[in-house]
Amino acid sequence: MSGIGERIRNGQLWKSIFRVGIPSDRRSRLQVILHNFFLHLHPTRVARSGLKMTYTFCLGGISAFLFILLTITGVFLMFYYVPEVGRAYSDMKDIGFVVPFGRVMRALHRWAAHGMVITVILHMLRVALTGSYKPPREFNWVIGVSLLVLTLLLSFTGYLLPWDQLAFWAITVGTNMAAAVPVAGHDGPFHEVAGVAVDNDVRYALLGGIEVGPNALIRFYVLHCVALPLIAVVLMGVHFWRVRKDGGISRPL
Amino acid sequence: MAESPVRSEGAAREGDRSGTASVPMVEVWPNLVFIELVAMVLVTAGLVAFSLVVEAPLEGMADPGYTPAVAKAPWYFVGLQELLVYFDPWIAGVMVPGIIIVGLMAIPYLDRNPAGTGRYAFRQRPLAWIAFLSGMALWFGLIAIGEFARGPHWAWYWPGESWDVQKPAQPPSWDLPLGWGIAAVGSYLAAGLALPAVLFPAFRRQLGTVRYLLAMSLLLGLFSIPLKILLRLVFGIHYVVATDWFNI
Repeated sequence: MSGIGERIRNGQLWKSIFRVGIPSDRRSRLQVILHNFFLHLHPTRVARSGLKMTYTFCLGGISAFLFILLTITGVFLMFYYVPEVGRAYSDMKDIGFVVPFGRVMRALHRWAAHGMVITVILHMLRVALTGSYKPPREFNWVIGVSLLVLTLLLSFTGYLLPWDQLAFWAITVGTNMAAAVPVAGHDGPFHEVAGVAVDNDVRYALLGGIEVGPNALIRFYVLHCVALPLIAVVLMGVHFWRVRKDGGISRPL
Repeated sequence: MAESPVRSEGAAREGDRSGTASVPMVEVWPNLVFIELVAMVLVTAGLVAFSLVVEAPLEGMADPGYTPAVAKAPWYFVGLQELLVYFDPWIAGVMVPGIIIVGLMAIPYLDRNPAGTGRYAFRQRPLAWIAFLSGMALWFGLIAIGEFARGPHWAWYWPGESWDVQKPAQPPSWDLPLGWGIAAVGSYLAAGLALPAVLFPAFRRQLGTVRYLLAMSLLLGLFSIPLKILLRLVFGIHYVVATDWFNI
């Protein structure tokens, strides 16, 4: 059996895909990281102290993995969901009662989203308490805070999509805050100075109307499924790349 | 587990900076990759199991004409919604989150203490720990109140208490006269900025004037939130500074 495995791993097909065989010595263990697109997000070596479960609690990695899980379940849900006021809610019912595995896929998407908000916040807590934002990692912390904001925005925009009472009123309450922006919101201080009213303020721009309606639904849908994930992927790439460039997981200096 | 006292590219740079000796490094394959695989499997299994048991919530269809007894934001924003009790929307919903984001981003440029990096070292960075944990406690404390202790009209309902119970209207509150209000805010800021510099001159010198003022302003902003809550609950003060254009 091992003979066959050996022949496969040394054959043209395997080598064309993975470039290195099963890593056996130190050199090939470094190569397997460097020659694989997905693994090369890692540095080739990390501090032994950084591998301790009680140091990182895997929080950053779990956050990234939840993003992948959310992408997969999210694409599945997109097959069955149309962001139109007359259809969105009945599509949710179909996902829950008609679509094969629809109910569990939606539950997975929902709970993974809440989970990601929690793990991203805990990851920030871990990095703060271990002082891992110290030079040369300062700017990577800034990128991390941006990723936290993006995570919250992703969750918030997704919250409207079921188009049920919970969604509608939570987003109504949340977006009302945009009306309170000083100068640029129609309820904010000094809005008269700029001639800002209910039909031309930042809340109007966010919702595409004076209240949560069809335009808000399509806006939140596009932000949730396209714009915000794209920004998040780019920032995650930069975030991981900088961790790698700064010598892997932080450690005592 | 292959281990070698070799410094990686980045570590060499860091090492040169701080002049420390090399730290034990291990190869990512298989040491870290294996941990990641186990974590992925466990998280997936846990989430699938949870999702099979607990359904995602779905209420009746959205109806702009029917306002529910209480409309709450998603849980991670409920803390800001709870702040609406004590602050006007432009503060609770705009200034506070804005300052939180900018303040978080500023942390690495304000905390210049090199000690205790790379491990959980409270004793070496007590101020950083206390500041960060205070902020987190406030954030999650407000979320817990908003999520579990607020009912119709945002009145206080203990968890499990029936929302049919009528709650008395808010007790009367009053605004500080404008002069007093400005004096109060001014002396809070002046004392907060000056006292630590007088009591711990070495700390101020170590940070430098600009960093010190920025860090203290952020901390004063953080602590002004529970302070305003106390002023309302204990003294019934509605606005500390009340003007025709804005109120604080």
